[in-house]
Amino acid sequence: MPEPKDTGSGGIGVYVCHCGTNIAGTVDVNALTEYAATLPGVTVARNYKYACSTPGQELIKRDIHELNLTRVVVAACSPCLHEKTFRNVTSEGGLNPYYFHMVNLREHDSWVHTDKKAATEKGKDLIRAAVRRVRLHRPLERKRVSIDPNVLIVGGGIAGIHAALTLANAGKHVYLVERDATIGGHMAMFDKTFPTLDCAACILTPKMTAVKSHPNITLWTLSEVTQVDGYVGNYKITVKRKPRYVLEDACVGCMECIDACVYKQAKVPDEFNMYLGKRKPIYIPFPQAVPQVVVIDRESCIEFKSGKCKKTCVEVCADRKAIDFQQQEKTETIDVGTIILATGFFTFNATRIPYYGYGTYPNVYTGLEVERLVNAAGPTSGEIILRDNRKPKAVGIVHCVGSRDENTNRYCSRVCCMYSLKLAHLIKEKTDAEVFNFYIDMRTPGKGFEEFYNRVAEEGTHFIRGRVADIYPDPAGDGHLLMCAEDTLMGTVRKIPVDMVVLSTGLEPQPDAQEVRRRFHLSCSGEGFFLERHPKLAPVSTFTDGIFLAGCCQGPKDIPDTVAQAGAAAAEALALIDIGYIEQEPYTAQVLEEVCSGCKTCIPLCPYQAISFVEEKKKAEINEVLCKGCGTCVASCPSGSIQQNLFEDEEIFEEVEGLLAYA
Amino acid sequence: MAEKPKVAFYWCASCGGCDETVVDLAEAVLDVVAAVDIVFWPVAMDFKRKDVEAMPDDAILATFVNGAIRTTEQEEMAHLLRRKSKLLLAFGSCSHLGGIPGLANLFDRESILQAVYCESPSTVNEEGVLPSVRHNDNGHSVELPGFYETVRTLGQVVDVDFYIPGCPPTARILRTALQTLLGGELPPKGTVLAPDYALCEECPRKDSKPVNLSISQFKRPQEVLIDEEKCLLTQGLLCMGPATRGGCEAPCVQGNMPCTGCCGPTSRVRDQGGKILSSLASLLESKEEGEIDQALATIPDPAGSFYRYGLPSSLLRRRKLPDSNLEPPKVR
Ligand SMILES: Cc1cc2nc3c(=O)[nH]c(=O)nc-3n(C[C@H](O)[C@H](O)[C@H](O)COP(=O)(O)OP(=O)(O)OC[C@H]3O[C@@H](n4cnc5c(N)ncnc54)[C@H](O)[C@@H]3O)c2cc1C
Ligand code: SF4
Ligand code: SF4
Repeated sequence: MPEPKDTGSGGIGVYVCHCGTNIAGTVDVNALTEYAATLPGVTVARNYKYACSTPGQELIKRDIHELNLTRVVVAACSPCLHEKTFRNVTSEGGLNPYYFHMVNLREHDSWVHTDKKAATEKGKDLIRAAVRRVRLHRPLERKRVSIDPNVLIVGGGIAGIHAALTLANAGKHVYLVERDATIGGHMAMFDKTFPTLDCAACILTPKMTAVKSHPNITLWTLSEVTQVDGYVGNYKITVKRKPRYVLEDACVGCMECIDACVYKQAKVPDEFNMYLGKRKPIYIPFPQAVPQVVVIDRESCIEFKSGKCKKTCVEVCADRKAIDFQQQEKTETIDVGTIILATGFFTFNATRIPYYGYGTYPNVYTGLEVERLVNAAGPTSGEIILRDNRKPKAVGIVHCVGSRDENTNRYCSRVCCMYSLKLAHLIKEKTDAEVFNFYIDMRTPGKGFEEFYNRVAEEGTHFIRGRVADIYPDPAGDGHLLMCAEDTLMGTVRKIPVDMVVLSTGLEPQPDAQEVRRRFHLSCSGEGFFLERHPKLAPVSTFTDGIFLAGCCQGPKDIPDTVAQAGAAAAEALALIDIGYIEQEPYTAQVLEEVCSGCKTCIPLCPYQAISFVEEKKKAEINEVLCKGCGTCVASCPSGSIQQNLFEDEEIFEEVEGLLAYA
Repeated sequence: MAEKPKVAFYWCASCGGCDETVVDLAEAVLDVVAAVDIVFWPVAMDFKRKDVEAMPDDAILATFVNGAIRTTEQEEMAHLLRRKSKLLLAFGSCSHLGGIPGLANLFDRESILQAVYCESPSTVNEEGVLPSVRHNDNGHSVELPGFYETVRTLGQVVDVDFYIPGCPPTARILRTALQTLLGGELPPKGTVLAPDYALCEECPRKDSKPVNLSISQFKRPQEVLIDEEKCLLTQGLLCMGPATRGGCEAPCVQGNMPCTGCCGPTSRVRDQGGKILSSLASLLESKEEGEIDQALATIPDPAGSFYRYGLPSSLLRRRKLPDSNLEPPKVR
């Protein structure tokens, strides 16, 4: 049972913060202070320029001591920002930190109103409500939960790789779960990276190999997380591992089997090469894939299709016995304390803009396809050869395809301008073609980016400011495509004949982002990327404790930002692991066991699966550690048998009545 | 022989069923009846108001008032009996929560009088005479009690010591309540003399309710062949049990009918209708607006279903009156 409450006759201190002019500019803080002083139970009311400053904090602490305050109300900014600060002040002043209540005078009042008089009146209502509720507050205590030092990282792109190595180097054990046959993500597909034109493979593959050989990393490819149970510090993860039909421990990566396959010619369109090349049923996605282990695609493998293959691959593998057609899907469960999601992005589907002709005109490509074309390890060994086997003499690159567009995605994908410039450079370098970049605004806000833009311009790439309105075959019939755009700098419509069009498609959330979000109990922003806890101050945290975000799953970004974020996510995980425990806010809900009727209404409603039905007692029970204090069950219990700390009915009614009791 | 404790019964806006229960108790309370002196019981014995007025204050040990308060006379009697009684008990749903008469709060006085005295099909009232406080007829004048816009509970009019819930209170509830009253130490003032859990706790069908109930539509009892074993909510029947105080031992459910909520909410809930609504709404199968509307449309009378016994004591209290005939709020 909670301690009896101290309804505190008197002893309330009310502090009205100016927040500079943020509040004081719109709300009459003196009038509010005078008003607060008249409220029953209020011993002292003051206003202060910045209540969160050290002198502001000291003032409150001194009052608690000198005036024997029993409750503190601060009317300032959003509790999201400073509730913790003032709880600590209350606690340092010698009171239980939950003998405090915060009024959001800024976001709920001064920032949303212009009429000073009305805003001041509203401020009075808000303060009156807080004063009435704070009297009923009970002392509460934070609980500690221990943190399992193992970390789960989902997604083995550059984000997942970097986070895994950082944590592993710090001595923590990492489970890296990647759903493809290899790690590397999108970066592994690039030839060069902007703005420095580093060879992508040269900087990425050493990190990939390091992942494989690191004693602290367990790498599971062809694997997906199917279930997440538990809570911060104590997650229980279920991973489904799909069969590769090749034993990872036995395969030495010699790839003799690929040559030996009964398919003499590679016939299967190759995913890794954006279907621009072909592979065999037994293959390795790319030469530096990690793990260096071949994989069998059961859709095209004759043995799987008919059971009647000569299995030349098995023959050549001989004693190594690495090929195993019987391999089954496996389920593993692991315990981890923290999770980093690094599931990356998906590129915009260019067929959604039909007038760009992707999928209709063979020589219209996406940026990612061209990344493969210019790649020395790609389907054309780095030569730019069109689908009709020509070499392009004129190339048009369209920026912002599926970005900054009312009809597709409103947001800017951040990397397309830069990779368009990169591709312009690489195409020019390899073909000496005329390159036309059609852009809306040139976005080059990064270290060395503007310099790179200038360099590409100096190389002779043509820049046309204007959105391409149409792409169609040149009626002249010479195999050209005409790119039609209004050049907003020249004020004319231009039609430029080209041999090749590159659509710089934007970055979108993974198609299964919603499922993953639900599985990990996360939220998504409007565009569908995973939502960070705070855009500025908690950019890699989520609303679920112990789960962090890295890379493009949180929003479009380039490799440097991805790596920085991955480092930050690793640091956040390390911070939890190193302290070894986390303190939980005590706003949890409890079932009042004696009076719960066992009606089971609440059980399925908890979004965090914190409630279970205890058969022996025929009552509901809430796991306090899992409870996030969302209040769903409290509202739903038809007999009022669930109580939530700090949100007891009495406290809420008192607040509502205070709000409505016009002065 | 020492004087027997004095007990009184009174009725306000009610159907008479509560008095009936007292009679029904017969043998069960014979001992009690033998032990007390009934000094006032208009429904069964010939005492007059002036007899009560003549008593000294606090002369009656306990007065059981059933019925809601909707006339000036009822209000006066409530005050009078309060003054004359050591303990005043609200007996039954009407007095406890407002009861069926409380549904009148969905209308205003004018439309109620119109409906009853002019519009009802069996009424012949060509001159459209409506009851009024003073009525003159051929030089004679009669005075009638005033009829309030709003039906109130007993507790909204006078201080009430204890509440005995039910429409009417079951024999078991009454017996346990009396035992509590006679058992020496009294519970805190304002207590409802019945258990403080919801009906599901003592429902014989409790075990048949699944943990993941999801409701796609509601059915009225006449629309289904009701399974006698299975939780009624799982059969789509609107059972108020989860939001209703237990103690009655579920006679309605045992009679294969859903609970309609007469014992009111538990002590922790201020608005029974709001609570059952929020719980049922969260169990609706669909998350899609159109389908939710369809599911809710299968409840033809939401106010009468969710607030059947408790409108005056709920947070809603009544339908908003036009400002012109606003009564001063009488609730705390
Ligand atoms: C055409 C193009 C060119 C670009 N060029 C450059 C450049 O030159 N320089 C630069 O800085 N940036 C460039 N970028 C941006 C760069 O691609 C990203 O910044 C970077 O790839 C982000 O890495 P990531 O790890 O977040 O995501 P990804 O690279 O998308 O990696 C995500 C990984 O997670 C795996 N995964 C996804 N879902 C799951 C799941 N549910 N379970 C398990 N695993 C999962 C995926 O298989 C993948 O391996 C370019 C982008 C594009 C589209
Ligand atoms: S308050 Fe929310 S999180 Fe806590 S048990 Fe209830 S429904 Fe679950
Ligand atoms: S909703 Fe309330 S009464 Fe029903 S099982 Fe849950 S806690 Fe118990």
